[in-house]
Amino acid sequence: MNEKPDMRIKIGSLEMKNPVTVASGTFGYGPEYADLVDLDRLGAITVKGICTEPHVGNSTPRTFETSGGMLNAIGLPGPGAQGFIKKYLPFFENYRVPLIVNIWGKTVEDYSRVAEIFNDQARISALEVNVSCPNVKEGGALYGTDVNLFRTVVDAVRIKTQKPLIIKLAPNVADIKVFARAAEECGADAVSIMNSYPAMAIDIETRKTQLANRTGGLSGPAIKPIAIKLVWEAAKVIKIPIIGMGGIYSPEDALEFIIAGASAVAVGTASFTDPSTVVRVIEGMEKWMAARKISSVAELKGTVQA
Amino acid sequence: MTQETTTVIEHRLFQGDYRLLKLSAPAVGPLVQPGQFVHLRVPRLADAVLRRPFSVFKADAAGLSILYKSVGKGTAALTTVTEGEEINLIGPLGTGFPMIGKNTKTPVLVAGGYGNAALYLQAAKLPVKGIAFFGGRSAIDILCVDEFKTLGWDVRVTTDDGSLGQKGFVTAALDLWLAEQKNLQALELFACGPNAMLKAVGDRAIQNSLTAWLSMDRNMACGVGACLTCVIKRKTAAGWEWARCCKDGPVFEAREILWDE
Ligand SMILES: Cc1cc2nc3c(=O)[nH]c(=O)nc-3n(C[C@H](O)[C@H](O)[C@H](O)COP(=O)(O)O)c2cc1C
Ligand code: FES
Repeated sequence: MNEKPDMRIKIGSLEMKNPVTVASGTFGYGPEYADLVDLDRLGAITVKGICTEPHVGNSTPRTFETSGGMLNAIGLPGPGAQGFIKKYLPFFENYRVPLIVNIWGKTVEDYSRVAEIFNDQARISALEVNVSCPNVKEGGALYGTDVNLFRTVVDAVRIKTQKPLIIKLAPNVADIKVFARAAEECGADAVSIMNSYPAMAIDIETRKTQLANRTGGLSGPAIKPIAIKLVWEAAKVIKIPIIGMGGIYSPEDALEFIIAGASAVAVGTASFTDPSTVVRVIEGMEKWMAARKISSVAELKGTVQA
Repeated sequence: MTQETTTVIEHRLFQGDYRLLKLSAPAVGPLVQPGQFVHLRVPRLADAVLRRPFSVFKADAAGLSILYKSVGKGTAALTTVTEGEEINLIGPLGTGFPMIGKNTKTPVLVAGGYGNAALYLQAAKLPVKGIAFFGGRSAIDILCVDEFKTLGWDVRVTTDDGSLGQKGFVTAALDLWLAEQKNLQALELFACGPNAMLKAVGDRAIQNSLTAWLSMDRNMACGVGACLTCVIKRKTAAGWEWARCCKDGPVFEAREILWDE
């Protein structure tokens, strides 16, 4: 008889019954996949990035499929903090699943304001700060690639919220360890690795870029090895948990992240390919661990051989 | 909306390059409303992360069918599926065509190319049959004329090269016919086809104070309203907002759409 492995993990004070969430921007604001996915099966739901005010985002085309992945330059359109609270937060009253809200800003003040607004919302379990969006002109990736600005943002948000704070790191930095450490030093409860990777594609006939924004972020299976390497590097220098993401399509992919050093994982682009992926990942991880008599996620975490 | 593993029960050339794919889909089939679409995971397209959306042609309690032609990597791979093979599908998706209004006596269908496949269920469901304008490049691009006639529709065909019906654009035929109508208020338009045609149909509807329901086509990723890829500008009191073609559409009324020039 196999014992069920202990799938629980903690991000600061947030307890997740399993280590699997969805990646911000790939799962809407909650209701969109509710017909297809049993939301309460997830360790947490992470919603699309939200800033203080409503934002229109980029022109179309906003996404483009590439080999083993896709480019996106959605540009963070959204209803703003109050819009989210009014329009989407009530939906979560029907569910028990922890809610992680992804936030972003054009300025440090924006980040701080949106964190403050959401801090009062009891239904929100944690905040994930996007300092690494490759697709907005102001803010976005800038805060994720300059370590001084990065610290300013993390400090500003940390002051405004008692909720577990997750910082989503940019992959396109010379040394991820510098940012992982900075997040930890500024009081973050966890880091997410990674956002999509800055990239581009061109139509050779029209010689136009495939995205209206010209460049976008690459996601999907194509980036998984990059993400694994970044998680592995960051895990060596920080004690706070890492939420690993980038091309997770199967339980095996998720386990690879855990072994590299992640405490939790997020399924992103794979939900577009197959909305049932996230539940399949949870069930598959559990089965895999049970079959190998691994008693908990914690036991598996960071066990990559030197 | 549900996700279902369907089985191919028929897959064949329909006419010219157009193919008919019929799926056994007892979960999704009965739910389909006219103008809705399904999101298919195309088999043997392993390095593609996205599904492909297709308008539903016919649907019933047992399943549904689509009409398509090979225009890219996804549809090219789809041509290789064989009877008995499984295809994963999400559907039905989107907001389709509404019923005709109380005062409508003559519904008018306008389609470019195989756009009329997306109008078939509406044509079948509408309680009164009216007139259908089908346009295409050539005779080979005009599908299903007999099927619409069998449903009781008066079908008028135009082709760019004159190989079937009147030579010229479908909108020119529509214009001539509209000019003869005494009671424009009794008409309501339902259209599917290329963007330029939809805009032209919408413009005529607005000029003549008619209602026109346009089925818009945009690139999609998720198909369920989550990713905000498929957005289209929808007019608001203050200007415009993004609406999602996959969820708020694909069918919009002509006055809702802000066309980008
Ligand atoms: C369409 C799309 C929209 C995204 N929007 C956001 C966002 O709003 N905020 C954010 O932090 N990350 C966003 N991301 C990045 C994902 O959360 C994730 O970090 C990235 O896609 C890598 O994971 P994946 O390969 O599993 O998709 C988005 C990704 C995609 C594909
Ligand atoms: S395709 Fe994702 S929102 Fe429409």
